[in-house]
Amino acid sequence: MSTDTAGTLAASPAAVEVHDVHKWYGTHRVLDGIDLIVRPGEVTVILGPSGSGKSTLLRVINHLEKPEGGYVSVNGELIGVRRQGDRRKMGVSPTEGRGRLKELSERAILAQRSRIGFVFQNFNLFPHLTVLDNVAAAPVATGKLSKPEAQELARELLGRVGLAAKTGAYPRQLSGGQQQRVAIARALALRPGVILFDEPTSALDPELVGEVLAVIRDLATSGTTLVIVTHEIGFAREIADRVVFIDGGKIVEQGPPAEVLDHPQHERTRDFLSKVL
Amino acid sequence: MSEPAGVAVSSGSAPPAETIPRPDTPAAPKPLAAQRVLPLRRPGRWIITAVVLVLVAQITHGLVTNPFYQWDRFRYWFLRPTVLDGLLVTLEVTAFSAVLGLLGGILIALGRLSGSPVLRAVSWVYTWLFRSVPLIVVLIFLYNFSALYQTLSLGVPFGPAFFTFDESRLATDMAVAVVGLSLNEAAYASEVVRGGILSVDQGQHEAAAALGLPQSYQFTRIVFPQALRSITPNYVNQLIGLIKGTSLVFYVSLLDLFGSVQTMGSTYPGDIVPLLLVATVWYLILTSAVSVVQFYVERYFARGATRTLPPTPLQKLRTGLRDLRERARREAAV
Repeated sequence: MSTDTAGTLAASPAAVEVHDVHKWYGTHRVLDGIDLIVRPGEVTVILGPSGSGKSTLLRVINHLEKPEGGYVSVNGELIGVRRQGDRRKMGVSPTEGRGRLKELSERAILAQRSRIGFVFQNFNLFPHLTVLDNVAAAPVATGKLSKPEAQELARELLGRVGLAAKTGAYPRQLSGGQQQRVAIARALALRPGVILFDEPTSALDPELVGEVLAVIRDLATSGTTLVIVTHEIGFAREIADRVVFIDGGKIVEQGPPAEVLDHPQHERTRDFLSKVL
Repeated sequence: MSEPAGVAVSSGSAPPAETIPRPDTPAAPKPLAAQRVLPLRRPGRWIITAVVLVLVAQITHGLVTNPFYQWDRFRYWFLRPTVLDGLLVTLEVTAFSAVLGLLGGILIALGRLSGSPVLRAVSWVYTWLFRSVPLIVVLIFLYNFSALYQTLSLGVPFGPAFFTFDESRLATDMAVAVVGLSLNEAAYASEVVRGGILSVDQGQHEAAAALGLPQSYQFTRIVFPQALRSITPNYVNQLIGLIKGTSLVFYVSLLDLFGSVQTMGSTYPGDIVPLLLVATVWYLILTSAVSVVQFYVERYFARGATRTLPPTPLQKLRTGLRDLRERARREAAV
């Protein structure tokens, strides 16, 4: 359980498994062979200078970006592709063995995304829908809940992020911190197995950062699997089970926050931490 | 700090006779905080306003008094059945073409934005073609279409036909007009719709995709309603052009508002000016009606996009009256 190799985890699949992922934007190499395993219930914080590929990695995990090489699986299910070929040769795990990878249909990819929560830096709430409809839309549209059930769930989730009084408001009528809490409730409404946060506090005024971090902290302690890209080093130290430092599209080092943040082994990690701390 | 405030209070509660500013008594100037700022005088603006008012009055006077306009004949023609029949044709052609044109425009816009290079190219060529060819040419072309293809049939391409239509029966003057206007309208509407869809923030597409919303839901419930906010004013512009564009259907022997006026004008040559005025006023009424609808449609799609909705004319009137009353009360108090 404690080893970091993919093969030995076949018994209990990793919440997120990223295997040798490569990504190019034109001639610019963004991800250069990323390997990452996130165990169920684990909180992983990804750190790195801007342009290091952190956000791209997160977007590859829910297939908003298509990787040019390697694969991603979430809770033992390949994302964006399926394997074609003789099942007996593939082994038990869906990510082991051989077989040709075939692109999934758009519909199947959307179904996979509905099991992965994603919280954006700029919230990206739907401005023409009320707060309640923002949260209740996805469970209804994906056929998981009826409309009254979804609205009840939405009220409950909005209560959980402290916005029970704002259900009828439109997103633009809320502060940035409130909008991001609605966005988190919207991601939770699909009851995802894992939630990805792409710099959730970077677009917020300093005094609003705390309320969003409090909601994420609450999720972390409730045992939800989280992958968080952030610049909040103090927050990472507090809630992360593991910190991953990325630079130049590669993982430079990873480990418990006490190791990576307080005793970094690599020059680049030390250099980065000295600038942001 | 507290001293001037105290003075202000005392001057406010003083008898009214003393608060009237008198230039010859400089001994008691008001403290700055209690003074009202005198508005800047704008003599240039007054002169221009006076000139414009005189011009407007002259034109109005001319319109009313010039016997050339024959307002009595205008009154005679305005609600004549033949004019109203023409108006009805104009409304029908406009309504059908506006709806078909918008639907076609949405399809072509989706084609332009699709992942298939063939669909992109075909929709681009369509837009290019119908924006290049004058509407009148399209209409007259369609009018003579039945000479080119006597029958239309529905079936396997290049194979057997299941249904065959006699084109000369299908192509009534109304159908020719609606098809021609719709073909033309769709080309312009597609660009309006495409612009609207492109104006929706990329983050909205991403959020919809990240939530795994089905593709049709993403378009109909997330992207298109937001696109409509910028589509509405542009499409209304288009629609007003269309209302006036219907006057061309006269050339395919359909008697619309302009057509009936034109026909009456050749029968009663002396009444051509009042008849043209009748058409002008009806077109003005139609455009005004569309503009009123536009205001409320835009207001509907603005919900969520602005923190407070723009006030309706009624609300504006009410707040305007309230402001006036308050201002009068303040003036009376000073």
